[in-house]
Amino acid sequence: MTAMTNYLRSLMLVELFQGLAVTWRHMLQPKVTLNYPEEKTPKSNRFRGLHALRRYPNGEERCIACKLCEAVCPALAITIDSEQRDDGTRRTTRYDIDLFKCIYCGFCEESCPVDSIVETDFHEYHFENRGENIVNKQQLLALGDRFEASIAAARRQDAAYR
Amino acid sequence: MIDMQALQTLAWTVLKIFIIIIPITLTVAYYTYAERKVIGYMQSRVGPNRVGPWGLLQPFADVFKLLFKEIILPANANRFLFYLAPVLTLGPALAAWAVVPFSDWMILADINASLLYVLALTSMGVYGIIVAGWASNSKYAFLGAMRSAAQIISYEIAMGFALVCVLIAAGDISLKGIVQAQQGGIFDWFWLPLLPMFVVYFISGVAETNRAPFDVAEGESEIVAGFHVEYAGAAFAVFFLAEYANMILISALTALLFAGGWLSPFENVPMLGNTMLATPGIGWFLAKTVFFMFMFLWFRATFPRYRYDQIMRLGWKVLIPLTIVWVVVAALMVLLGWIERGA
Repeated sequence: MTAMTNYLRSLMLVELFQGLAVTWRHMLQPKVTLNYPEEKTPKSNRFRGLHALRRYPNGEERCIACKLCEAVCPALAITIDSEQRDDGTRRTTRYDIDLFKCIYCGFCEESCPVDSIVETDFHEYHFENRGENIVNKQQLLALGDRFEASIAAARRQDAAYR
Repeated sequence: MIDMQALQTLAWTVLKIFIIIIPITLTVAYYTYAERKVIGYMQSRVGPNRVGPWGLLQPFADVFKLLFKEIILPANANRFLFYLAPVLTLGPALAAWAVVPFSDWMILADINASLLYVLALTSMGVYGIIVAGWASNSKYAFLGAMRSAAQIISYEIAMGFALVCVLIAAGDISLKGIVQAQQGGIFDWFWLPLLPMFVVYFISGVAETNRAPFDVAEGESEIVAGFHVEYAGAAFAVFFLAEYANMILISALTALLFAGGWLSPFENVPMLGNTMLATPGIGWFLAKTVFFMFMFLWFRATFPRYRYDQIMRLGWKVLIPLTIVWVVVAALMVLLGWIERGA
């Protein structure tokens, strides 16, 4: 008997019409797609995007070349050289991040004792030439200046949980 | 001295051919757009919307991209056949439109055996596919061509028998006569008395055009892109054009054979009388064709691809026996007067 019903069901294309009903229903449903460049999803204040080196409000760079970030970096993406500056403080002469090696884990930011190296929420960047994936100290400091407002705001929001 | 009369007829015919071909080409362009939109919506996406308002210029972007790309001839390919194959596919797909009656007077060649002509030309299309697969000198293209040939031959039989039922019911072999035999409103069209044949014909039509769920000829998960894997640029565009022109043709034929062509579904409804809705016209034909064109897209969004042996099983063990039985049933229905020829 079941064989007969199954045969009739397949001959009447029952399941095919059920499938068609599903796609028809979905066609009429409102779509949730965001039109990306015009519309964007909100980002977490812990978002880990492009790196930046911050400065103190008086313009002095925060980094003291302790090299903790270089040591903790699991992808070996950070390279630091340092020397003593004329005023006796230790400063970096070279601070390179290879963005191809970087896995955006955020360990550098966590390890930093002076909140110098941070990951901003900026992620819409690209490279046009070979070698541009390695960002140096000047570029990182410039990025820090550019995004300081949003960096500071995000750190303030998250301060209670750190 | 040139015969002015003949020249005039020739010019007029060429003009009519262009009046048919240019709208078909444009329809193909926007059919691809509609396909991407409809399938997108059915998959909870929005489809193309970047080029022009609502992505309406997307087909032109695609066409220009294809036309500017290089046509690559594979190593050891047969140059002549390789370039001939797309033309062989497109030619029949467009030539079949010569006998399609858009309304009771809008028809390029009103010949008395037009259904046979259409059947012959839709079968011709498979030569282009076989030649393309063979000339490419590529194993995937060859496999795709073999699959396509086997599939089209199998489904041609079921399709032919389904058409025999239509011929029995209509008592005429010209498309115009078949439509005229369906007069009398939506329940006098052949889809109702020949319902199983209507379904079989449309399924065979989908299989004939190598469309999902019967698209094993170009199943990209198995044989990359089948018979046209080696084609690029304008040559590929011609295959594309032919495939979509064939889909539109099958939709138009289904509308003519089973859904009353240009006839209005509200004929003989007393309340409407002689209003717009009750008068036959090209608008009804186009509306029905668009409906069947939409079915193609709906199927593609809904059904997963058949396995190759399942396709053969469906064709030979289900559709062909069903159609043979229904030929007898249709003949009996005519004999008993259940189907009135041109009431």
